[in-house]
Amino acid sequence: MIAHFLKLEWKQFFRSSYFGKSIALKIIMGFFALYMLVSFLMIGIGGYFFIKKEYPDIDPLFFVNGFLVFLLIGDLIFRYLMQKLPVLNIKPFLNLPVKKEKLVHFVLGKSALSFFNIMPLFFYVPFSIVLIGEGYNVMGVLGWLFLMIMLVLSANYVNFLINKNNYALGAMIAVLAILFFGNKYQLFNVNDVFAPIFQSVYNFPATSLIGVALLVGLYYVNFKLLREKAYLDDAIKNKEEVAKESDLSFVDRLGDVAPFIKNDIRQIWRNKRTKTVFFMSFIFLFYGAIFFGEETYREKMPAFLVFAAIFVTGGFTLNYGQFIPAWDSEYYNMLMSQNIRYRKFLESKWYLMVVMSGALYLLSIPYIYFYGLDIFLMITAGAIFNIGFNSLFLLFAGSFNRKRIDLNKSGFSNYQGTSATQFLIIIPIMGVPMLLFWVFNKFVSFNAGVLAIAIAGALALTFKNYFMNIIEKRYIKSKYASIHAFSQKS
Amino acid sequence: MISIHNISKTYGSTQVLNLEELRIPSGQSFGLVGNNGAGKTTLFNLLLDLIRPTTGEIVNNEVIVNKSENWKTFTGSFIDETFLIGYLTPEEYFDFVGDLRGMNKADVKGFLAQFDEFFNDEILGKKKYLRSLSKGNQKKVGIVAAMMGNPQVVILDEPFANLDPTTQIRLKKIIKKLTENNDVTVLVSSHDLSHVTEVCERIVVLDKGNVVKDINTSQETLQELESYFSA
Repeated sequence: MIAHFLKLEWKQFFRSSYFGKSIALKIIMGFFALYMLVSFLMIGIGGYFFIKKEYPDIDPLFFVNGFLVFLLIGDLIFRYLMQKLPVLNIKPFLNLPVKKEKLVHFVLGKSALSFFNIMPLFFYVPFSIVLIGEGYNVMGVLGWLFLMIMLVLSANYVNFLINKNNYALGAMIAVLAILFFGNKYQLFNVNDVFAPIFQSVYNFPATSLIGVALLVGLYYVNFKLLREKAYLDDAIKNKEEVAKESDLSFVDRLGDVAPFIKNDIRQIWRNKRTKTVFFMSFIFLFYGAIFFGEETYREKMPAFLVFAAIFVTGGFTLNYGQFIPAWDSEYYNMLMSQNIRYRKFLESKWYLMVVMSGALYLLSIPYIYFYGLDIFLMITAGAIFNIGFNSLFLLFAGSFNRKRIDLNKSGFSNYQGTSATQFLIIIPIMGVPMLLFWVFNKFVSFNAGVLAIAIAGALALTFKNYFMNIIEKRYIKSKYASIHAFSQKS
Repeated sequence: MISIHNISKTYGSTQVLNLEELRIPSGQSFGLVGNNGAGKTTLFNLLLDLIRPTTGEIVNNEVIVNKSENWKTFTGSFIDETFLIGYLTPEEYFDFVGDLRGMNKADVKGFLAQFDEFFNDEILGKKKYLRSLSKGNQKKVGIVAAMMGNPQVVILDEPFANLDPTTQIRLKKIIKKLTENNDVTVLVSSHDLSHVTEVCERIVVLDKGNVVKDINTSQETLQELESYFSA
């Protein structure tokens, strides 16, 4: 039976239309995974010696034990954001002579092989080997390692249980924050509280069996829950969402574009993926804080500040704009058979990007207080560039988008719709203003650099209609290709 | 009038449609039948300029559909649920399509009033997004939207599929009413031979992309079609 499932999994993986199509994306993701693994491996091997050198009077194992609690909670948060729950689509099996228990065991068992469970081992295993090499008690280290493996697997099943529950995420972040700040302001010492607990496992390896109990317990709870859910009830119940009617008649005064803007606003608000993009753009507002405070950037590489300045007001424009018109891929057929002018459809997106950039710009005013007028001028130039150049450029680049997007899939670590286009567009969007600034800053002055970016943006805005004509033609030309591509479900 | 000249569509080396000459006079109710893969949806997609013809052209009331977009002003269509915008409520969707077809809110309301019976109280005022409606109810929305703005041509792909018996009967009434004054051309495809013979004056049978029968509907048509498909 299991062999059957494995065979199906194998076929599902290799026959998904996603496979092979986005090699570039796969390679980048692969590099990212490799990078993580190598980093963990390096920390695993070098960690012992590093701690020994920096804190010669603390036992490295004891030191690590003190921070394990951060590591474990951090692991959970990371999983929460990134790990996809391995749902074997059980619906087709429910009417076949397969025991439901077996299906559930398979789903749960498969999840144990997740990348997220293997990654931490790249730290724990080499770290343990080094410990043994340094003369630690072999049984003690093995017991400790065993407990760590059990905890990693337990985290896997805890993640199943929290199952994308936002309260759980809030609780985890709160606990992490309390521990961190409590430790920082000396309310209590995390090291003193938690280190002895894990240390005792080293001293009494048999206690690591507690980990087995924890894992078995969590597995059992998961099993019970999932077994209960092995009916179609939940699949049907999910669809019960109450529509929230919204009065958007204030948009009507915009004329011909109004119907499209109304749709776009509703689209952003009523779909998971677009909603994520919308909220993320406010998080990007704080992006500048990472760069502007650093003296290194201010003095040696001011061009990088431009990078941050563009992001401050461009969060929405960049994240939303890069997937135009794929946001409408689900019903692209319909739009193309309706009596619409492409121009209006595109202009609606343009208005949205411009309005959002403007709103984010207003919200960025406090930057004056924190980082001074120079930085704020740079943000201003960035906003003009986003409004003038980037919004138009993204519309243009959108005509090369050939990947369908399902609106109602979550936005976190969702790369649907991503193709080489998304990587290429970064070059002009970030590169042009950085280059402009670099040249003028180097040969004239800081203000000239800022002004150059602003002028570039203003010029693009002045010739908006001219560029829009070109863009519209591009879209009309690629109509059939887009229709075909957007109807390909992955 | 719709006229089709030498239209063919080839994917790779497979020809999925090949029609030499087909004229559909204004006001005709035209039925398209054929087994899976006969080319029905391909023909409709070509009529709506959603795919490019390999050869030939289609002229819809003097507009060559892949040259100009003017046919869109007088052509309403519903192919499948990809013609719906899932995150809108039915009311918002009708308003949107109405907007595109030059109707204001009051026009849309007046227009929808005549479909009360067809909607059977399952569509309007339900506080549901289109994506949460059942397949059948989605279809009702799509079909009615295709008739908005007084189109001269209405194209419906498999309109009877997924509808309950009562709604099927009501839909037949609506289609008949649409064509009774011979001012709207209706193109319908269906796998249900009795429905299609009931509402269409003319039936064309496609097989592997070719026209194999072109019948003016009469008392014997249903019999003829049944014997053709059981052969």
